[in-house]
Amino acid sequence: MNRPAAPVSLGQERTSKGLEQFFAGLENRVNLSIIDFAGASQANITFITSLGHKLYADDVLRSVDQSFGTGVEAMEKQSDPDAIAEFISQNLDFDHASFDGALIWDTLQFFAPPLLEAVMQKLYQALRPGAYLFAIFSAREKERSIPSYSYRINGSRTFTLLPRGERVVGQFFNNRSIENVFQGWASIKFFLTRDNFQEVLVRR
Amino acid sequence: MVGKTVSIKGQIVSREDIVLDGEIEGTIEALEHRVTVGPNGRVKASVRAREVLVLGQMLGNIEAGDRAEVRRDAKLVGDVRTSRVSIEDGAYFKGSIDIVRPDSLRADSKAAVAEPQTQAASSTLTLTPLSDTPVTVNAATAEAN
Repeated sequence: MNRPAAPVSLGQERTSKGLEQFFAGLENRVNLSIIDFAGASQANITFITSLGHKLYADDVLRSVDQSFGTGVEAMEKQSDPDAIAEFISQNLDFDHASFDGALIWDTLQFFAPPLLEAVMQKLYQALRPGAYLFAIFSAREKERSIPSYSYRINGSRTFTLLPRGERVVGQFFNNRSIENVFQGWASIKFFLTRDNFQEVLVRR
Repeated sequence: MVGKTVSIKGQIVSREDIVLDGEIEGTIEALEHRVTVGPNGRVKASVRAREVLVLGQMLGNIEAGDRAEVRRDAKLVGDVRTSRVSIEDGAYFKGSIDIVRPDSLRADSKAAVAEPQTQAASSTLTLTPLSDTPVTVNAATAEAN
């Protein structure tokens, strides 16, 4: 059932319990390696490097568009095992256990299930045991396409959403399906918000 | 300046600021100076310099003692190791960013400069100013004028 929700405040700061706990997990440690799937932004670079960490940034949705195209047809291509393998090798060619945290934001929603499975396998391998992954899912469960955003970190518990236009979702997500995405991971914590989002913090 | 119709493959060592607006493949070193990838530049190389500014397209790693900057509409794919970095909105960047202290990068640079200046075979192009006039690389002969 879709929950009535307050409208998303675009371009405004948003407090995030999930993000706060993600960064709390990095406290008192330096020289960690963090992935940011939202692409390189000065805000995120400045914040994460000011904590003493190294950042790997990629606009993964842009990479997906370049590899598989856009629109509904792209979802069919995202089910092609050869195309998936090529995408993973070109874009997610990470060493085993090389990252201490991952900011995945809303990207997982836009992968077709076969691609999503491959991406999750790769992320699981790339993250060290105990590393946290922060992701966001839309609470608009039954909609075929939803808005996508860029995310700018303002502080350890706040970020700003910048609209990037509507995108076709790979599948519909509810709590059960989100848990299935992270099956085999050590733990998952949900953070419900007043607007259209559901945040999850997952431990490798 | 390396003009937009110039294509160079090999090692470039510069003892002045350099602007690359052509097609470069190899390695570029300007340890005490600035390397600019111009808006028409298509660089497939690793770059070591005091400052690196990307206005065009670059595929390769950057090591910049002072600063690395990627401007709007530019594209950089590679790892960056520097003491300061600036990525403008609208720029495309994919890779890792490692902020290090300036003195540790300068120590690496000085060690590189102190090494014997061995010229590689004909693939190395060294640009040394004989005067204050700019150095131009001729596209046909790749010789410094």
